Amino acid sequence: MAFLLRRLLGVVPTLFGVVVAAFVLTRLLPGDPAVFFANSVTADAATIEAVRQKLGLDLPLWQQFLIYTGQLLRGDLGNSIGSGQPVAVDLLRLLPASAELTLVAFALAVLVAVPLGIAAALRPGSIIDHACRLLSTAGVSLPTFVTGLLLIYIFYYQLGTAPEPIGRIDPFAIPPPAVTGFLLIDTLLAGDSEGFVAAARQIVLPAVTMALFALAPLARMTRASMLGVLGSEFIRTARANGLRRRKIIFSYALRNALLPIVTTLGMVFSNMLGANVLVERVFAWPGVGSYALDSLIALDYAPVQGFMLLMATIFVLVNLVIDLAYAVIDPRTGLFQHA
Amino acid sequence: MREKLSLLRYVLAGNPVTLLALVMLAVLLGCAVLGPSLVPYDPIATNTSVALQAPSAAHWFGTDQLGRDVFSRVVVAARLDLSIAFAAVLLSMAIGSVLGAAMGYFRGWLDTAASRATDVLMAFPLFVLAMAMVAALGNSVSSVVYATAVINLPFYIRLARAETSIRRDMGYIEAARVGGSGHARILRVFLLPNILPSLVVQASVNLGWAVLNTAGLSFIGLGVRAPTPEWGIMVAEGAQFIVSGRWWIAAFPGAALMLAVFCFNLLGDGLRDIVDPRSRT
Repeated sequence: MAFLLRRLLGVVPTLFGVVVAAFVLTRLLPGDPAVFFANSVTADAATIEAVRQKLGLDLPLWQQFLIYTGQLLRGDLGNSIGSGQPVAVDLLRLLPASAELTLVAFALAVLVAVPLGIAAALRPGSIIDHACRLLSTAGVSLPTFVTGLLLIYIFYYQLGTAPEPIGRIDPFAIPPPAVTGFLLIDTLLAGDSEGFVAAARQIVLPAVTMALFALAPLARMTRASMLGVLGSEFIRTARANGLRRRKIIFSYALRNALLPIVTTLGMVFSNMLGANVLVERVFAWPGVGSYALDSLIALDYAPVQGFMLLMATIFVLVNLVIDLAYAVIDPRTGLFQHA
Repeated sequence: MREKLSLLRYVLAGNPVTLLALVMLAVLLGCAVLGPSLVPYDPIATNTSVALQAPSAAHWFGTDQLGRDVFSRVVVAARLDLSIAFAAVLLSMAIGSVLGAAMGYFRGWLDTAASRATDVLMAFPLFVLAMAMVAALGNSVSSVVYATAVINLPFYIRLARAETSIRRDMGYIEAARVGGSGHARILRVFLLPNILPSLVVQASVNLGWAVLNTAGLSFIGLGVRAPTPEWGIMVAEGAQFIVSGRWWIAAFPGAALMLAVFCFNLLGDGLRDIVDPRSRT
């Protein structure tokens, strides 16, 4: 418990740094927000000055920062000029779409990469091993936006098996009542099997695109780590003692090989949060990435700031979870004794 | 030197993939250096009478919506993409290795402060950070270079710091200190050359990321602007034609991009084998 508290406290300086970085970066953004808020480029100087005072843009930077942090603590991320809504509301509305995509892709990547890596490590030099190597080298070289387009070309244009890449749901379909915001779950809750299939068909291509990109480092690390553990003496002993193969692989080797794999999981997840922006763009997926990108191009900085903070916060939390997972997987890391 | 060369030959003989990567790198660099004078068409000259033609003998990679030759554009774009990547990686390697080595060598407040700053940098998904930085610094090629350099910085800082930390108390550093070398000389003459090989391996892998990053940024409309030939922009322009089956506009620049990244990744692996044979995976 003390460890948990200390680890949580350790997050505070990083998050503070994140807030500072997001604040400074977005204050540097070109374009005068006061002109935007005055609703006209030709507004006279007095109007702009009034708006500037109203927005607090005439104050010194440190005062602006204090006000900004105060707002943050109250959960106020400012207002989006584009949608006219509070940024926090927009982000919460769009987050499920991104989260659904990322989680499906993540699950897909783990389900393929970890067994593949294990299989490759069990038979080094075999066909599976070469396939694993090819996949992991090609996977890191594939730009997500190119893979996405390629998949669209093959499965939508050539084969016609995939639906048009226009977002999460057919624009004429009636969305299920929002409970979790995850269409795959909501349609099931509403007992709408047709809707579930439609939503699943929409998510397959973007999820595969992201999974391909996430697969590579994961498969590679699983293979390397398993290979290292399988070569060690306690595995040889276990084998010599005639333990079952399944038991050796899963409860002896995998458990010991898990630590670097979990580290890679965290890294992959962070990369996926970034890749989201590109994949959402290619598939017209209405998530937070598209929202941030549209705002960025429209010089609407509050949403961009909110998006960066959201991503960084998610990432810091993911790292926290991973640190806790370390302690569960391998009590020797001693995280519970001293942070 | 002779020994190094024979080692190189030995490693390459046992690892044809690295040889392949070197050949690919030579082709890419050739395109970057000679490309503009080799290509058959002007990469930005539009000719709407031949717009959207499929690949043919006259236009190897077809033509885009404005009748520009995709092959010429792909080849010419190599120069811009590779220069951005090289500039960014060199910049971040230069700053990161010096800063990281100083952090590992002196420790103290510099180490604490810079480590914290690195943690903050790493807390952002790197592509998102690059996006925001390019937007903040102004939509230009130099911003892309700076943004790419900054997001790669933490890797060099951490690597140089770790490598210096394990060497700072070693005998030969102690000997240099006793011999009257100042801190600057120890860092420059004894530490940096020793940590350089691992930094170069990192740089090779980072070059691939830098190319991806640059293309990703221009794909979403940041950094390089049309009509400049650049792989990311070309993919973005071709994206709208994919759903109508005109694959060549996006596919060829995409393939060039993949090839470049693939080449740098293979090269990084090959270099790692030479520098540190134990870490072969």
